[in-house]
Amino acid sequence: MTAIVQFENVGLRYGLDSETLSDVSFSLASGGFYFLTGTSGAGKTSLLKLLYLAQRPSRGVIRLFGEDVVTLPRKRLPGFRRRIGVVFQDFRLVPHLSAYDNIALPLRVAGMEEGEIDAAVAEMLNWVGLGDRGQARPATLSGGEQQRVAIARAVIGRPEILVADEPTGNVDADMASRLMTLFEALNRLGTTIVVATHDLPLMRQVQDAQMMRLDKGRLADPTGGLRYPPRTQGSE
Amino acid sequence: MMAGGSDRRAAAAARRRLLPGGRLAGPMPWIIAIMMFLTVLAAAAGLALAAAVQSMSDDLAGRATVQVVEADQQVRDRIAAQALASLRGAAEVRAATAVDPVRLAEQLRPWLGEEAVNGDLPVPALIDVMLTPGDAGAKLERLRARLRALSPTLRMEPHAAFLQPLAGLLAALGWLAGGVVALMALATGAVVVLAARGAHDSHRGTIEVLHLMGSTDVQIARLFQRRIGMDALMGSALGFAFAIFVLLLIGLRLADTGSDLLGAIDLSWQGWLALALIPVAGIVLAMVIARRTVLRALGRTL
Repeated sequence: MTAIVQFENVGLRYGLDSETLSDVSFSLASGGFYFLTGTSGAGKTSLLKLLYLAQRPSRGVIRLFGEDVVTLPRKRLPGFRRRIGVVFQDFRLVPHLSAYDNIALPLRVAGMEEGEIDAAVAEMLNWVGLGDRGQARPATLSGGEQQRVAIARAVIGRPEILVADEPTGNVDADMASRLMTLFEALNRLGTTIVVATHDLPLMRQVQDAQMMRLDKGRLADPTGGLRYPPRTQGSE
Repeated sequence: MMAGGSDRRAAAAARRRLLPGGRLAGPMPWIIAIMMFLTVLAAAAGLALAAAVQSMSDDLAGRATVQVVEADQQVRDRIAAQALASLRGAAEVRAATAVDPVRLAEQLRPWLGEEAVNGDLPVPALIDVMLTPGDAGAKLERLRARLRALSPTLRMEPHAAFLQPLAGLLAALGWLAGGVVALMALATGAVVVLAARGAHDSHRGTIEVLHLMGSTDVQIARLFQRRIGMDALMGSALGFAFAIFVLLLIGLRLADTGSDLLGAIDLSWQGWLALALIPVAGIVLAMVIARRTVLRALGRTL
């Protein structure tokens, strides 16, 4: 399989602090399903920020879709970002927009016709079980409903990579399992999935997924090989 | 076509929802309305004064009065008749008219008393001269030479000389009004910059989400440009309408004075057109400044 993401000796430092991420090297195959795990403060969210182009690294090389995005001119970044769906840890729903409009955002950004958007959003709302909550504002939705809106927004544009930061943190075990099933379905359609979580039972649910573990800003396996598929670990 | 139209309307409505805030919501449209009101009044004053100065100059540049300063009435009348005939024969003169001595005496009576009327006081004979169009200065010199040859008692006074200070004052006031318009445009620009920065800051979260979904800077800047453009449209329309109302009231008051001088303060159709273009220019200025401000702010992010 071809690599869709490549990190080579990537380091990230905020201001004059010590490095949040150090010498991170790995590559992700197109169409793979990956978990990123580690304790709080290990650097998971920082690594994901590099992945969804919210941040540039302090050093090292990052290649997305075969192109070096570290030296990429700023004006070319939007084209890359449209190929990546993101589920933020804090959802980042636009508070004054309805669930419908929040989910429609990526399609509107991409310039899709309103007629097509309507059908796609209606389908997506049903997909996440919020068919009757389309006009609700985020403030009136429960944490779990907000999370599902955030997930629907991340996947509606059929991204090539889906990055999710603790996507099941606010939902019950049943809903977490359902969401993971949705991610698997998306993965089967060819989307590369990267999920940051420390929910081990959830990781075990996904067959063939691989795991990366961050420890104090470094990948636990400095060779960069992606190890410990949950199934293997669980059977040990 | 119908579907395309409704699609565009739906897309426009969706864009409006992205940056909340209704029409005439917030201080921005009201500030622009006040700015526009003052700008249109200042511009109207500048244009009207410029027109008045031009009209006064055109009117006065070709006019002069010849005085026959002679104590002996018979001699005075004879010289006046010769001067009138000579002027009417001159190529530089379009018309020469002797001022009626009775009317002149009546006009002088409030200052000189009954003596001005009964002939005890020698009053100069006057001839109104209207020159042909062209270089008034050179023509006046030639006519002066011509009159000196008739009699040394003949004096020729161009009207422009009397009202030169007033015309200068009006011209200065016109320039001052122009300066006020320029300052108001600068102030409007500054207000728009502040409003755009404020809107950008208060929608930082939305902008960040849009950016991460792949919005370009231009797409985001367009949202602000449209929003501030709408504010400017509402404010400009309001300020312009009120300014025109005030100008019409002032026009009625000026007409009521019946004064030739104040009557010269008028706006041509070009002047009205220029006034009508001010709100349009204001809206365009606000949109361009908003766009540049937001693009500059976005350029500092990743």
